[in-house]
Amino acid sequence: MSTEITQIRTPAEKALISLYTSEKDRLPGNDAVKALRTEAFAEFERSGLPHRRIESWHYTDLRSQLRDAAPLFTAGSSEFEDSLRHVQPKIPEGYALVLLDGVFVPELSDLDDLPEGVSVCSLADVLAKGDAALVERLAPKGLGTGDPALSLNAALMQGGVVVDVAPGTEVAKPLILLSVMSAGALHAAYHRSLVRIGAGAKLTLFEIVDAVEIGSNQQNGAVVIEVGDGAEVEHLTRISRQGADAVIINSVLASLGANCQYDGFALIADGGLVRRQIFLRFNGEHSTAGIRGLSLLSGKRHADTTLVVDHAMPHCTSREYFKHIVADEATGVYQGKVIVRPHAQKTDGAMKSRALLLSDSASMFNKPELEIFADDVVCGHGATVAQLDEDQLFYLRSRGLPRGEAEQLLLEAFAAEAVEKVRNEGARERLLTYVSDWLAARK
Amino acid sequence: MLEIKNLHVEVEGKKILDGLSLTVKAGEVAAIMGPNGSGKSTLSYVVAGREDYEVTAGEILLEGENILEMDASERAARGLFLAFQYPVEIPGVGTMTFLKSALNAQRKSRGEPELQTPELMKRVREAAKRLEISQDMLKRALNVGFSGGEKKRMEILQMALLEPKLAIMDETDSGLDIDALRIVAQGVNTLRAKERAFLVITHYQRLLNYIKPDTVHVMAAGRIVKTGGPELALELEKNGYRDYVSEAA
Repeated sequence: MSTEITQIRTPAEKALISLYTSEKDRLPGNDAVKALRTEAFAEFERSGLPHRRIESWHYTDLRSQLRDAAPLFTAGSSEFEDSLRHVQPKIPEGYALVLLDGVFVPELSDLDDLPEGVSVCSLADVLAKGDAALVERLAPKGLGTGDPALSLNAALMQGGVVVDVAPGTEVAKPLILLSVMSAGALHAAYHRSLVRIGAGAKLTLFEIVDAVEIGSNQQNGAVVIEVGDGAEVEHLTRISRQGADAVIINSVLASLGANCQYDGFALIADGGLVRRQIFLRFNGEHSTAGIRGLSLLSGKRHADTTLVVDHAMPHCTSREYFKHIVADEATGVYQGKVIVRPHAQKTDGAMKSRALLLSDSASMFNKPELEIFADDVVCGHGATVAQLDEDQLFYLRSRGLPRGEAEQLLLEAFAAEAVEKVRNEGARERLLTYVSDWLAARK
Repeated sequence: MLEIKNLHVEVEGKKILDGLSLTVKAGEVAAIMGPNGSGKSTLSYVVAGREDYEVTAGEILLEGENILEMDASERAARGLFLAFQYPVEIPGVGTMTFLKSALNAQRKSRGEPELQTPELMKRVREAAKRLEISQDMLKRALNVGFSGGEKKRMEILQMALLEPKLAIMDETDSGLDIDALRIVAQGVNTLRAKERAFLVITHYQRLLNYIKPDTVHVMAAGRIVKTGGPELALELEKNGYRDYVSEAA
């Protein structure tokens, strides 16, 4: 006798199924893309929303936390037009590429000023043409395969950009990938972008997840990054100004060539429920990856950073460094998995996670994991969860700083240590200002 | 300046100060000497406003005002300064940032205008020069990687900058070699003034050769058991605390 387990669909899962059914013919793409979407959605239907029994989603149970799945926004409405006007002032210095509600908006982007060697096309156009080789690169094999949030993203991707940086190009100003949600009723956006950095090129990519108005929207975005041999990439991310009910999923799928350098930093502040996941693989030797981040959490907000760093080649170095400040009833999650394949000798890996809890109801889950199959490697990890040091606080207070100011000084020092490794000076200053404003506001 | 009346203090149910009374007048340098465990450091922390101690009875008056209900920062703004026995290292907080924040927090609390950076820099540089504190030290994070002597000199620099009315020096001589001791003592002596009082807590008479006290108090088992002039310190150096310890017990 066989028993078949039928999973009971949650309201959000049902809403996603009807969303896909009604939208699939309107979403961009030729037949090959449609096949990809069908396959991805079938995979999502099999797994359902990720829940705590899936190890990599253990601390972020979307199945129970996502009460409903929001509809997509229809472009062309009056709210959309209105949003366009609000977005303009939010774009910082750099070459801006703007996604509004998941759809690339050329009118708001700096397409005419792009430096030589940088080309940008809309993902929707790429999908419509459906060049098989390019479509394949949008879903790189072995990076995040089977992840339910990524399956959903592939099935529903509405837009995004495909950026090519020609070999040897040094892009002076940051390329800003700004994803904003328009104001108005609760709605969702699914977008995916591909950034290919040619051999020896240098680029700062600044991904900003923002909203026109602080609201409760749902965003599932993914960026696929290919770093060519000898290239240098700094990939900054800021997830901010979201309502407490907002749900943000941000995935990074990075493949690194040989002798290249990838440095990632993400600031998560005021994000609602955030899941940031990075799947990074070394495809060449002698490359270095730094993956860093700072999450500032208050209220009942939740931020989960989950990494899978795959040392598939020998002689590569990875550094992971994450900090969390968790106040009130907020929850921080850090899961870092470093895999060292059997032939990946001389791998050098070091992972660190430090968290400060500011209240008795704040939670932090730290889960560093090393899976080492090679024997000649140096790998280590450390994770700490602490409170502000009372001796340090008393010392500062005894010099005249009221408790609030003393706390702010210590928190800024703690946070700044994570931000200071950002190389791009303008971006670093902007991030530090954001951090100190956030800390000042919580006092 | 400082008046402590019948102070009783407990930590986790254990009595540390047991009816301590003490008066320090403006312009006076008072020394408190006593054996280990007599409650000297507790006294300095309680006066400075640390919360881990439970005051079960008594009063602490600064310029006639009871400060027991005040936050440590408020006490500091009213002119109280504690030079720590073990100054705390604060990674990530630059020494200059700290000095500026502390000074301006006190000024703000007293309703005075903030000091601008150039004027602050000038004052810090002058004090640093007197205390043989290098520019390099001022550029580092507060007390991080400082030697014992450097930390103590940094305490005196803060004291010089904050210009307190009452400075408590908790075993400032511990861990100092003879040269550092001389620099620290000179730093204190420069600040002696008729409107400023010092409470110097020490184990040894040695420090009092450099900072000459007006009065010497002997502390044992949580209270002051004898008060006298500078000659009392010399007597203690010769005979030890034995007589007082047995007397208090």
